[in-house]
Amino acid sequence: MKYAYYPGCSLHSTAKEFDMSTKAAFRGLGIGLEEVQDWVCCGASSAHMTSEILSHVLPAKTLAGVDRDAKGVVVPCIACYSRFRITNAALQEDPELRAQVKSAVGVTYEGKIPVVHPLDVVVNDYGLDAVREKVSKELTGLRVASYYGCLLTRPPEINSFDDDPENPTSMDDLATALGAEVVDWPYKTECCGASLSFTRTDIALRLSHDILTMAADEDADCIAVACPMCQSNLDLRQRAINRKYGTSFDIPIVYFTQLIGLALGIAPRELGLHLHSVNPKNLLKKKALA
Amino acid sequence: MGLSVPACEIRPAFTDEVEQVFGQRVSECYQCGKCSAGCPVCVDMDFPPHQILRGLQLGMEDVVLNSRSIWLCASCETCSTRCPQEVDLARLMDVLRQMALAKGIKAPERDIPLFHSIFLSSLRRFGRIFELELMGMRNMRSGHFFKDVLLAPGIFLKGKLGLLPPRTRGRRGLRRAFAKIRDMERKTP
Amino acid sequence: MARIGIFVCHCGTNIGATVDCERVAEEVAGLPGVVYSTAYKYMCSDPGQTLISKAIREHDLDRIVVAACSPSLHEPTYRAWLENEGLNPYMLEMANIREQCSWVHTDKEAATEKAIRLIDMARAKVAQAEPLHAMEIPVERRALIIGGGISGIQAAIDVGMAGYEAVIVEREPTIGGRMAQFDKTFPTLDCAACILTPKMVAVAQDKNVTIHTHAEVEEVSGYVGNFDVKIRLRARSVDADKCTGCGTCWQKCPTKVPSEFDQGLGPRKAIYIPFPQAVPRVPVIDREVCIHFRTGKCGICQKVCEQGAVDFEQEDIIIEEKFGAIIVATGFTNFDASAYGEYGGGKYENVITGLQFERMVNSSGPTDGHIVCPSDGREAKSVVFIQCVGSRDKSKGVAYCSRLCCMYTAKQALLFKEHVPDGEAYSFYMDIRAAGKGYEEFVRKAQEDYGVQYLRGRVSRVFEHDGQMVVRGADTLSGSQVEIKTDLVVLVTALIAREDAVDVARMLGIPYDQHHLFTEAHTKLAPVESVTRGIFLTGACQSPKDIPDTVATASAASAKTLALFNHDFITAEPLIACIEPSLCSGCMACSDSCPFGAIEESEWTDPSTRKKVKVARVVESVCHGCGNCVVTCRSGAPNIAGFSNEQIFEQVEVA
Repeated sequence: MKYAYYPGCSLHSTAKEFDMSTKAAFRGLGIGLEEVQDWVCCGASSAHMTSEILSHVLPAKTLAGVDRDAKGVVVPCIACYSRFRITNAALQEDPELRAQVKSAVGVTYEGKIPVVHPLDVVVNDYGLDAVREKVSKELTGLRVASYYGCLLTRPPEINSFDDDPENPTSMDDLATALGAEVVDWPYKTECCGASLSFTRTDIALRLSHDILTMAADEDADCIAVACPMCQSNLDLRQRAINRKYGTSFDIPIVYFTQLIGLALGIAPRELGLHLHSVNPKNLLKKKALA
Repeated sequence: MGLSVPACEIRPAFTDEVEQVFGQRVSECYQCGKCSAGCPVCVDMDFPPHQILRGLQLGMEDVVLNSRSIWLCASCETCSTRCPQEVDLARLMDVLRQMALAKGIKAPERDIPLFHSIFLSSLRRFGRIFELELMGMRNMRSGHFFKDVLLAPGIFLKGKLGLLPPRTRGRRGLRRAFAKIRDMERKTP
Repeated sequence: MARIGIFVCHCGTNIGATVDCERVAEEVAGLPGVVYSTAYKYMCSDPGQTLISKAIREHDLDRIVVAACSPSLHEPTYRAWLENEGLNPYMLEMANIREQCSWVHTDKEAATEKAIRLIDMARAKVAQAEPLHAMEIPVERRALIIGGGISGIQAAIDVGMAGYEAVIVEREPTIGGRMAQFDKTFPTLDCAACILTPKMVAVAQDKNVTIHTHAEVEEVSGYVGNFDVKIRLRARSVDADKCTGCGTCWQKCPTKVPSEFDQGLGPRKAIYIPFPQAVPRVPVIDREVCIHFRTGKCGICQKVCEQGAVDFEQEDIIIEEKFGAIIVATGFTNFDASAYGEYGGGKYENVITGLQFERMVNSSGPTDGHIVCPSDGREAKSVVFIQCVGSRDKSKGVAYCSRLCCMYTAKQALLFKEHVPDGEAYSFYMDIRAAGKGYEEFVRKAQEDYGVQYLRGRVSRVFEHDGQMVVRGADTLSGSQVEIKTDLVVLVTALIAREDAVDVARMLGIPYDQHHLFTEAHTKLAPVESVTRGIFLTGACQSPKDIPDTVATASAASAKTLALFNHDFITAEPLIACIEPSLCSGCMACSDSCPFGAIEESEWTDPSTRKKVKVARVVESVCHGCGNCVVTCRSGAPNIAGFSNEQIFEQVEVA
């Protein structure tokens, strides 16, 4: 199995560990990833909130350059994943938009390159049975609350690859396959406020605080995430949340690819676990996972 | 809270204008409130999402385009997913934001459109986001000079914050593209 | 030689304002075969009738054209007048110069010209008309009632009381239907069982009514007055003649499964009656869960039965009977709330449906009338009703309003407050529909006297936390988000057609709509008749309705049935197909294309060869005159009386 790979801006900076762990985990599973040449930013929230055409031009520019023979493009950042899929759908339906894209940036792109999330690839294409076979170090006793966030399941007709967008289970099933203990909690898809993280940080803090509270209430050891924005809000700002709300959360926020990596026996440093704000070192030691 | 304007002038022209761009009839909304019920930032908004839509149904242009609500929308898509009448409210919020900008309306949530313009300016020049510049410019222009300053050293030391702008050949043609798009959008009413 | 009279109606200003009727009458007077023509203000009135009668006599007319409104309104009227004057009623043609002319055009000149052309076409058709005679069909005066709920029971009582035979075929082991599951009914708070069971007993004892329970209609063929029906009497594994209903067998049965009647809140045995007042009080063995049928062991019920009524060898019996009319009373089912992942129906035990709440609050239900949390059995101190789950929702449910949920929600909330006076009851609604007699007052009572808190807005999400259900909704009247922590959540689900409604419709040959609700002949004027003559609709299978409306439609359907039974013969319109055997090749393509199954194989002796050949033949009483066969046949053998090929071609010629 081989895919094209689009890291997106944050995986090259604040979410470096997602990049590292995705590459390491996929290498460990034997799935090939080749970074797309000359990719540009997907436009994130700023493009679609201010300019409809721009929000499609940016993804189209990158996707037009993807090898047509590739099985698809793996896009870890959920914001990028969502924008790419929305653009694909829009371009397939609207010839006028296709013309506008061509006029703006000179590419003819019809929205046909498949865009997939690494979670989807691992759980559905690669298969959990195959994952189980590769596990050398079961994550026994690790209570994982899987946090899907908004855009991995919404809008369901474009983004969701789970059976029930209101109660997704793909990350939970993966955690189980890796030997971890699944925490069934009601905040799997509640918004963390990512798009307001820089502009109304107070709101992002409140929403993230509620998520951390719920995870703590359900005795989760850690929260597994699949999006760098969510990770950033819950991890990078955990200290600020504690300060503002007088709480004392110490919940590591790990990427699901890091969990895969750990279960495959890959060293934590290779998975970028040392780059987190809330240090997972103690937790890993306690559960004899590192 | 609420649509507290002294007298309501119903202006169908604004409704038509929005529907033209949005592509769905706002009359399909039967004001059930399920969107507001599940909106994570409803409590921060001046008008809950269903009331923004009510404002659209009544053609209350000033109220709607000058609201905080349209800028505080986090695009979480919960409303669109759960709406029983299949109104794509999340997309409608995008349309309203774009309209407000095009009409030169000064958003009450000043920082938000400001952030977007800085983000896109960085993107236009480098093809990818240059975080350091983004945070710096944002702080300068918003007047919150020390925002997130405490975070910076931490992520910088972990090698997650580049000192130099990103380099990619993909940036070629972006300036021209941005200009073209601006022209295209000016032409469409 | 035809002697045609043309009568042009002004219809006041409806036609007269746009079409120059006087000029029309003048122009058509000169058309071939026309010996008289005139115009008049209101042709359908008494003076209008007199005008026509006089003209027929004075000018010796043998056929007429009436240029007026749509034939669907007054064709029968004019036919009757022709008959009065001793003419064949089918020597009439109507030209619709209102709906198809004056009402759809504004150009007077053009409309008048068009009116003349339409009349000419009608004239051309009627010139070729032949006298036709209505057919007489004998009527079997027995009614089949499919479904033994309140609807079917009422219909059976009405038919029986009129002195005719009725047969109820009910799929469940007992009659009673949904009403038997309810606790108290709105707005009177009558106990459902108390008002239903007397009717159940009455219908069971009625000597004119036969009840088959645990039975299903398998096949229906025939036509109005003469339906041939196959009924499968499913094996109960209990001999009804021997059984006394003592209950020993089901007391001793070791197998417990969730009870369908109690909506899974309580158990029943493998041999069981659905509820204590079941009619007949004869149990049924569920062979899929019964140990004896699965493994050959057990058999306790047979051992303990003192009457020796348990019969494991019993088999299904198929009976064939003839009926003159069929009343469809198959009822409804509830929307499956698990379609809403955000509400947690099917995921959380303390999120229940309205029918489950009904079983709980019922004192002879699985919880003895205590409203409890199914998760741990503790008494519920608070309840939140979420209305419109599935209703008024084109994205995941049905677009229509289910009509009675607002009322039963108010009732259930009121009953909750009665049972738990210090409890809290909330209802999230979009609109309150309380249009019946005493309904609005009842909903006000729930709010004002019983303190049920109504919140106007839908609920976005329900989840469980810390042992309670958390409900996140909106109250649009105050413009706020509302979060309520509660013990119990009731999803007020839509009333929808049963899963096999389409199969039933196809078996009967009746149409259904996009929601699989059976279609009435006319929404306003014929709500209890199906499009197929002789088959009547009652109750919720046609559209969701409450008990008063259900009983009303049941009696209405019986009235229609009795009208049918009141004659030895009924008449059928002769505007049906007829196949000319000398042109027929016997390919039977017409039979394949006939939607009513009205064409059969037959034999005909060809006079030129003296040989018997296979030809198609129309079964006159079933044929509806749709014309499919005429269009299908390559040889032009079929023809429709009153719309013959010759008539149509003439119309086309002059058009």
